[in-house]
Amino acid sequence: MGGYILRRLLSAVPVLLGITVIVFLIMALIPGDPATAILGSYATPENVARINRELGLDAPLWRQYLIWLGNMLQGDFGQSFALNRPVLDEVLERFGATLILAGTAFVLCALLGVIAGTISAANQYGWADKAITFAVLLGISIPSFFLGMMMILLFAVRLRWFPVSGMWPIYGARDAAALISHLAMPALALAVVATGVIARLSRSALLEVLRQDFIRTARAKGVHERSVIWRHALRAAMVSILPVLGIQAGFVLSGAVYIEIVFQWPGIGRMLVDAILRRDILLVQGGVIVVAACYVFFNIIVDVAQSLLDPRIRT
Amino acid sequence: MSIGHLTRRSLLAAGTALTMALGAPAFAQTPPGVLVVGQIAEPKALDPAAVTAVNDFRILMNVYDGLVRYKDGTLEVEPALATDWEISEDGTEYTFTLREGVTFHDGSSFDAEAVKFNFDRMLDESHPYYDTGPFPLSFFFSAIEEVEVVDPTTVKFVLNEPYAPFLSNLAYPTGLIVSPAAVEEHGSEFGRNPSGTGPFKFAEWRPNEAVVVEANPDYWDGAPQLEAVVFRPITDASTRTAEMLAGGIDLMVEVPPVALSQFEGESYQLHEQAGPHLWFLILNAKEGPFADKLVRQAANYAIDKEAIVNEVLEGTAEVAAGPTPPAFAWAYNEDLEPYPYDPEKARELIAEAGAEGAELTFYVTEGGSGMLDPVAMGTAIQADLEAVGFDVAIETYEWNTFLGEVNPGLEGKADMAEMAWMTNDPDTLPFLALRSEAFPDQGGFNSGYYSNPKVDELLEQARRATDQEERARLYKEMQEIVHEDAPWVFVANWKQNAVTNDRVENFDLQPSFFLLLDDVAKN
Repeated sequence: MGGYILRRLLSAVPVLLGITVIVFLIMALIPGDPATAILGSYATPENVARINRELGLDAPLWRQYLIWLGNMLQGDFGQSFALNRPVLDEVLERFGATLILAGTAFVLCALLGVIAGTISAANQYGWADKAITFAVLLGISIPSFFLGMMMILLFAVRLRWFPVSGMWPIYGARDAAALISHLAMPALALAVVATGVIARLSRSALLEVLRQDFIRTARAKGVHERSVIWRHALRAAMVSILPVLGIQAGFVLSGAVYIEIVFQWPGIGRMLVDAILRRDILLVQGGVIVVAACYVFFNIIVDVAQSLLDPRIRT
Repeated sequence: MSIGHLTRRSLLAAGTALTMALGAPAFAQTPPGVLVVGQIAEPKALDPAAVTAVNDFRILMNVYDGLVRYKDGTLEVEPALATDWEISEDGTEYTFTLREGVTFHDGSSFDAEAVKFNFDRMLDESHPYYDTGPFPLSFFFSAIEEVEVVDPTTVKFVLNEPYAPFLSNLAYPTGLIVSPAAVEEHGSEFGRNPSGTGPFKFAEWRPNEAVVVEANPDYWDGAPQLEAVVFRPITDASTRTAEMLAGGIDLMVEVPPVALSQFEGESYQLHEQAGPHLWFLILNAKEGPFADKLVRQAANYAIDKEAIVNEVLEGTAEVAAGPTPPAFAWAYNEDLEPYPYDPEKARELIAEAGAEGAELTFYVTEGGSGMLDPVAMGTAIQADLEAVGFDVAIETYEWNTFLGEVNPGLEGKADMAEMAWMTNDPDTLPFLALRSEAFPDQGGFNSGYYSNPKVDELLEQARRATDQEERARLYKEMQEIVHEDAPWVFVANWKQNAVTNDRVENFDLQPSFFLLLDDVAKN
């Protein structure tokens, strides 16, 4: 087991290195440069050259890359041009906020999705199945940013149950209650689509399992139906549900961008969009690296979890 | 079925718990005496020398003062930290008498040494705090040869040539005076630990959440009415609108045109102010159909600017008449009339020039500073030009890419391009974008290669004149010629807008587009 985990971790190194090259090249090759973004209307060639020199962007590309990589390996991600603060501070702070949002949404969609899918499968073609299937279709079809906007209009502007945006109150205590009230709407809006997808796939995974012999045996033995479904069948179905959860975790993380913009959540998705528009090269690069590393490790965790459920995968 | 039952019950319980936990407080209601402002982005820094965005200026103008400032409601300078000044006969020496007894928020005192420190830091590469930059807009002061401390309350600027916009550049945020002691203490972190002399002093910066400033009770121009101001960055315009409607902010800037109708009625007040902004089309006067003045004039007649301003922009802009925005009241030529919408006249001119059915390449941007609604405007313009017989192909670019295409010049690429400028002096835009010596290859912004020796001469003279009336006369003459030559299609002057709720009093927008809050009150 330890060897398997180590192998998977080592295989992540070339992947991450490849990502640094790609993200560096993309930022170097897209048109427009940070000096123009900083200077706006006043971007004369003379001024652009002066700013590039002061930002160290006049060096050849390969040297810029090596300097960046070398600094990064020592934990120095550089300074953001647009925000004038260390990239790592900004990225970690923002990533923390995204993890809170995406993590909550992920827990919501995993729990609700699997439960809804299981209920659906257990009552195939029953009223619960039909109701859930309808709700799932609705959930999958509504774009999350639109849903977010509608939630703001109803629950924040009209009913004033929740604050419109942000993560913390401008005044008042920063406690769990304050966080939950700010988190509720964005997390829910973000979870909806993934919940639908997970529910659908859980339903079919479970139906597949329910047709198998050991389920018939269990029922024949007289095991209680609740136990058949939730213990025997669901456990067997989890092997095919888990990878879906892994993929959906990725979708939730990337879907967070829209939600972060709509709800002004101070997360990394919104940070990256702003940074790209401002050509804040180091911030984009640092942010992408951290997010990519997270993706890679999340996939490793899913693989490991899967291998625990099904030892055949380990080889 | 028991499963379904159990789940329904637990769902109900969870729902009830959630409602109990969250249902109680009604959110919104900002505290009295504290103004919460909905900004459009997170500021970069609170160091006036280091920033370029209007968004940052909105905070800075309330924390710092300059030597001079714009008179309320105008773009004319009046004393601020300097009480008086004298300009030498040849226009190269400006001697300022400084206000006495002013202290920075950090307790250090304001004097001639502090003024010298500020400008040397920006301009002198050997200054010990030059490395607290970069200072992107320092070229506003590139005419400064030397700053001399005559005595503690007198400071003299020696310029390398007469430069008439100097005073209004001092009123621009780049000229705001920072505390040398604070720069020495915080170094490159000064932008997050600012200290000035303004009506509000910096209290707290919570990244991506808020910048908080508190009243400075010792302000030399009278303590402000508010206890504090909170600047919240809310980048999405729809969310900003929702916050305003929900009461989470008291003042919202840059209301999107489509949201204006939300704020009709008693509980809100809409503020509008035309500013020193011009939205125009650069025409390629070097090659293609627009090399002919008649065709350029035809484009000005063909485009229905009223429709663009009223339909596309929902009345958030006014039709522009010429190259100088009317907000520069003292330098604006009142006799200038916008080109009327006259497709017949346009067709006649095109026929006279023999340019019927000419194919035009039109650069449009997706968005950008001061560009308003560029795609919708570009489409309307395309339709108007096609109506008089042109064949217009639009090419759309993201803003930074767009600048990278347009600023080096349109030659060989396009016949026309959208552009917008916001400036602080009537000199800036024509000097940088209409002179023969401002062609892109000479470091200017004359991307359409307009050249008229008379205009060059007038602009040079205006820059050397120190008398405002003389400058005004020169600018007015320049506007007439440029209007006739039509190197651009003059489209719109943007009206900045803002909404306040009914708890906010004494708020007015300024033509400078700065946000001045020292007289504002809130109950």
